[in-house]
Amino acid sequence: MNKTSDNFNSSSIQSSALNSRHLIALEKLTCKEIELILETAREMKKVFIASKEGTRSVKKVPALQGRTVVMLFFEPSTRTRNSFELAAKRLSADVVSIAVSVSSTTKGESIIDTVRNLEAMACDIIVVRHKSSGVPELLSHKVRSAIVNAGDGAHEHPSQGLLDIFTLKERFGSIEGLNLLIVGDILHSRVARSDIWGLTKLGAKVTLVGPPTLVPQGLEMPGVEIQYDLDSALPSADAVMLLRIQQERMESTFFPSLREYSHRYGLNKKRLSLAKKHCVVLHPGPINRGVEIDSEIADGPRSVILDQVTNGVAVRMSILYLLAGKL
Amino acid sequence: MNIKKQVTLLDKIGMEKAIGKIGADISKRLLNENIAFVGIQTRGVPFAKRLSEIYSAQTNKTPAMGRLDITLYRDDLNQVLDWPVVKESEIDFKVEGKTIILVDDVLFTGRTVRAALNALSDYGRPKCVKLAVLVDRGHRELPIEANYFGMKIETSPLDYVSVLFNETDGKDEVKIIEQNI
Amino acid sequence: MNEKIVIKSGRVLDPASHLDEILDVAVIDGKISEIGKSLNAEDSKVINAEGLWVCPGFVDMHVHLREPGQEDRETIASGALSAVYGGFTAVCCMPNTDPAVDSVGAVRYIIERAKSAGFAKVYPIAAITQKSEGKSLTNMASLFEEGAVAFSDDGRTVMDALIMRRAMEYARGIYTNGISAPISLHSIDENLARGGQINEGKISAILGLAGIPSCAETIAIARDIALAELTHAKVHFAHVSTKNAVQLIREAKSKGISVTAEVTPHHLALTDSELIGYDTRFKINPPLRSEEDRAALCEGLKDGTIDAIATDHAPHTQIDKDLPFDSAPFGTIGLETAVPVTYTILVKSGILSPLKWVEALSLAPCTIFNLPGGKLKVGAQADITVVDPSADFFVEPDNFKSLSKNSCFIGKKYSAKPVFTFIEGKCFSLCL
Repeated sequence: MNKTSDNFNSSSIQSSALNSRHLIALEKLTCKEIELILETAREMKKVFIASKEGTRSVKKVPALQGRTVVMLFFEPSTRTRNSFELAAKRLSADVVSIAVSVSSTTKGESIIDTVRNLEAMACDIIVVRHKSSGVPELLSHKVRSAIVNAGDGAHEHPSQGLLDIFTLKERFGSIEGLNLLIVGDILHSRVARSDIWGLTKLGAKVTLVGPPTLVPQGLEMPGVEIQYDLDSALPSADAVMLLRIQQERMESTFFPSLREYSHRYGLNKKRLSLAKKHCVVLHPGPINRGVEIDSEIADGPRSVILDQVTNGVAVRMSILYLLAGKL
Repeated sequence: MNIKKQVTLLDKIGMEKAIGKIGADISKRLLNENIAFVGIQTRGVPFAKRLSEIYSAQTNKTPAMGRLDITLYRDDLNQVLDWPVVKESEIDFKVEGKTIILVDDVLFTGRTVRAALNALSDYGRPKCVKLAVLVDRGHRELPIEANYFGMKIETSPLDYVSVLFNETDGKDEVKIIEQNI
Repeated sequence: MNEKIVIKSGRVLDPASHLDEILDVAVIDGKISEIGKSLNAEDSKVINAEGLWVCPGFVDMHVHLREPGQEDRETIASGALSAVYGGFTAVCCMPNTDPAVDSVGAVRYIIERAKSAGFAKVYPIAAITQKSEGKSLTNMASLFEEGAVAFSDDGRTVMDALIMRRAMEYARGIYTNGISAPISLHSIDENLARGGQINEGKISAILGLAGIPSCAETIAIARDIALAELTHAKVHFAHVSTKNAVQLIREAKSKGISVTAEVTPHHLALTDSELIGYDTRFKINPPLRSEEDRAALCEGLKDGTIDAIATDHAPHTQIDKDLPFDSAPFGTIGLETAVPVTYTILVKSGILSPLKWVEALSLAPCTIFNLPGGKLKVGAQADITVVDPSADFFVEPDNFKSLSKNSCFIGKKYSAKPVFTFIEGKCFSLCL
């Protein structure tokens, strides 16, 4: 049996079981895989966040020493990129951020060429963000590296979904039976899709709330409910997640005006009082204060928005660590 | 090939004696130190707990307790076939000024202890670190020795030394599983 | 060319005369000289067609040959060769080339290029409007005289109903043998379909891709049926993809409005479930629809609402298809898979009789576009397709004669394949 025989083996006979080399979508993960990522993230969080008295003076671990993680962001993003970068660095991986011109879909170098060029320089994990749904999936079929989807079009944003679930689990202990309201532009939201898959797999209920122009009927499935009136959906909510309203969508006539949107779907103190006492408020950021959420809510005691940010690093460390096991 | 021979080295009573001896030794020698037991996951954890109970009983002091998972500090992560699960680490005290007793079941190559020392030093700078193991089976690959041990045995590098604790495995036992090729 | 060929003992299927019998077919000088039992085969080249189906040459009334302008995807010669290997003796090519076929010169160019290639016959379809921009009419009469067989702005919809009305009215006045010039319509409401990538439904919602609702097709087809009723033009609907469109056309036909319709093999065989995985080979316009739509299209062919099968052969390079999904072009090639796919989906499954299937691939397109051919009769040009219904057909990109490999059928298995294509008596043996 033990080829590299040492007493490591006695303590860790279990192997981590992510089925795929890539993390593309929560839709593709099993319950067990999601639990594994969350459990691992809990330990990862301890690397950089003090628990009770104990403080680590060094907020990193050497697990991914010698591995190279590339940030390939075809769409501007500071939060997600910073979070992944920090996660990789806390695991001691080498991190390279590639600046890609936004207009790289023009002929000449294709996106596959770009990634193959990176691979030729020996990278291990590529974290990809792209405005088009399906790009990480496309790349995963064409390259040897592990692809991590950091958000593709309106498809999925699996690490965000996982950090939302992690945050809820931290708060409520268990996900099963919770009712999360996702409010706003579901149609264009990759976060909503990842949350839907992740939460319903773990036994939670997701209620999608927004004007019908922004809530696609096609997302109705077991565990998912669609409502158009926020006030009547709030009383049954354990958690409310507000999605960012992109101002430019207004011009495509999805809704008449920001003012009317906030009037019906903006979360303010009065509205939140309709919800259960323990109801928490999430937002994937960056927030539009006064549009989808009032400042006093965003900064208030029910907001777990900053917890989400902290947990994002932990979850992404967990993802990178577990994927490194498939290299 | 692969015919395995199992020999029991310690039974329940034998283990109790061996652990008792180590516990007494520590209580005597480190009586005036500000000590903490840190068990290395997995079998070091119940072992550390038993040692701390002996220590408390003999000294009337309650030592700090912690557990450490060394997975993220392993030096073979680029070679392992089965990617290890990260287990719980919990050190809820300041390590500065403490005498830390690192506790593990078996001392073999020394690589786990090396990883544990690195992990520990990322928490801070203890006053002193000691190592307690139940079985020292030889074949060191690093210059590491135990300060306290229950037994030293001769093994072949291919043998497997199995230590079971009631808390994790439902019974107390130390056995050696010999591998004949 | 003086050689006599006898196709022996094949199952001769001629929908025009309702012929379905084991017979011999003799060909001399590019024409069918005799059809009968035990024909004299002395001094003839004999083709043993036992177990094979002998059909009028298949005609694909809807292909894109990309020449002029996009010769890296396909040329008239490569497309015409691809047609031969798919069992087609003639194809009608759409005018959305670069430049568009909106001039007499472009029509002449296509006819000459096809002639010099010497493979399948190529009939050009000319644009309805200049540059297919939907604004001002082309010189339709001159284009028709030059050899254009129909008019279409395929790939685009003439969104201005008034322009569409004028085009239909004007086309009515252009005719040969008393038959008006047909107009082939790509009817999809461009406003509703704007930005759309795939069929709108559960799958588009899950994949986060903008959807093209099926009503984008039904709305446009409803408008064009109303205009056909108003103008009495000869209106043909290209690549019908939805259940509701089939129903609209069914009703229009029952009211006596002059409309016809075609359906593609991929809409008959596949649904939008293929898109899970974002494979751009399945990015097609109109998009692959639901199973309900697919079944309705089969039903439409069966009851005669849909007249013809046409491939909408749309070659694209691998480089273009490797783009992110929403940047990749729409379309699949289809010439070399149409016979096996439609045989398997329609005939093998018992939906269509062999005669009805042959009609949809030969007689129907010839009738709609007023083309020669489509019939096996003595004295007619010997355009003949011979099919082996018992063959297995595995779709492999390496076997394609088309310059492009973007087939949505790659990796799938079907039954039947064309084994001989005769074009004016010239025999192409397709066995590899």
